[in-house]
Amino acid sequence: MRSNGARLATVVVGVAIVAVLIGFYVANLLSSPPTVSASQTASHEVQLTLKTEAAVGPQGGNPPWVSYLIKDPEGNWIHSTIFKVPAHSLVHVTVYQFDGESGLRNPFLSQVQGTVGDRMTIDGKSLRSIPPEEASHTFAVPQLNLIVPLPGVHEEAKNQCEEGPCNLSQAHRTIDFTIHTGEPGRYRWQCFVPCAAGFLAGFGGPMQTIGYMDGFLEVA
Amino acid sequence: MRRIAIAWFVLSAILTPIVVAVIAPTLPPGNASNASSGQVFDDTVLFGIVTPIAVAIAVYFFYAMFVFRRRGPEPQEGVATRDNPGVHIPWLVGTTVIVLFLATFGTAELADAGAGGGQGPDPAFKPSGKVLPVQVIAQQWEFTYRYPTYGGVETAHLELPVGQQVAFHVTSLDVIHSFWAPKLGVKADANPGVDNIAYVKPEEELSFEIHCSELCGLWHGYMFDTGQVVSPSAFGEWIHEQQRVFAPATKVLPKYATHYFPEPERRGG
Repeated sequence: MRSNGARLATVVVGVAIVAVLIGFYVANLLSSPPTVSASQTASHEVQLTLKTEAAVGPQGGNPPWVSYLIKDPEGNWIHSTIFKVPAHSLVHVTVYQFDGESGLRNPFLSQVQGTVGDRMTIDGKSLRSIPPEEASHTFAVPQLNLIVPLPGVHEEAKNQCEEGPCNLSQAHRTIDFTIHTGEPGRYRWQCFVPCAAGFLAGFGGPMQTIGYMDGFLEVA
Repeated sequence: MRRIAIAWFVLSAILTPIVVAVIAPTLPPGNASNASSGQVFDDTVLFGIVTPIAVAIAVYFFYAMFVFRRRGPEPQEGVATRDNPGVHIPWLVGTTVIVLFLATFGTAELADAGAGGGQGPDPAFKPSGKVLPVQVIAQQWEFTYRYPTYGGVETAHLELPVGQQVAFHVTSLDVIHSFWAPKLGVKADANPGVDNIAYVKPEEELSFEIHCSELCGLWHGYMFDTGQVVSPSAFGEWIHEQQRVFAPATKVLPKYATHYFPEPERRGG
């Protein structure tokens, strides 16, 4: 039979543990990836440089899911999916794509929409669409009618990057496109390729998590 | 009892016409389509039935509160009343009549091409005349639309011709969504592997909102779009422009089907 003091101590310790766990949960919920600005290149023009990695690895924290990284104005690669760009400006986007092919569930999204000229360049070649089965991801901002399918690294390519940090000496695709931003606002972006390895139909985990395959384009 | 009945009768006679003629017809969803105006009519009828009932409850509530309130010492509890046919019989007859009427009325209203609701792949209530099929494809987290009578072109936005009966074929490529266009009075679940058909005839040119009304993941709250009802000639121009613009995508689309089981799912665990 324990004393009343021991019982009280047990209750206090139990409550404290639960409170700490709730605190961690709430803090984790409220934390968001850092907002990283695109690099200014001219008046009303910026360069947004991104890369996608199949597993962001130690640089991206835990879990090491598929995600984007952005190059900040100082040239550092930052693991974030919240990108800040100026309003009423031209945004030149370059995506270094290190991930493999997954395929689109809806082939309609294999066509470029909403970029300047409704085109993009892949490894220097100007295109309006890609074969849907070659898509690895999409950079899509539905509110801005922007959809850019990103082709994957071919399966047979040599020197593939399995886990980040990936560098340009490894197999990758280079996708360039330009968008014209309009009014300021916070626009969500997403990937339409179910690219969450290990999750049911590829839709869980990073596909449902801001900071991985979802984020915001902050037009300011 | 008599005073309650008189109060109920007078108030119902005053309020019911006001509710039915003035308030109910102005409530959403409006009269932008046959489905939405049908829903407004249904709501008006229901308000017409429910107003006297609500008045009866309110009259009895306030009558009891003021007339039966205790003024002196606690009264002795009376003899339990075991039966009161004067209350039971009108109650049973009244509720039975109301329920049977609502069942009949509801069924009759559904017969008007389903009243804007999804009827599954084999609709019991179909409209007569020429119908424009439009496939609504839901996916996390966007609706896209396919027009099988225009070469199967798929579009990012929905546009419809005014005065044309439309059959929405609603399906999903992944999880369960729901296609809801409130102003058109249309709501139909989007289930993977299912062709859920809903009919509507837009009656006026307008912009209307489209929402997903089934919690479907991270960006469910952002899964919305704005559709347009335009003149038949404007629709003709628009759909031909869509065919031109989306020609590259149309080439790689699967053949039009009532639903799709897309492959590949290479990443799926």
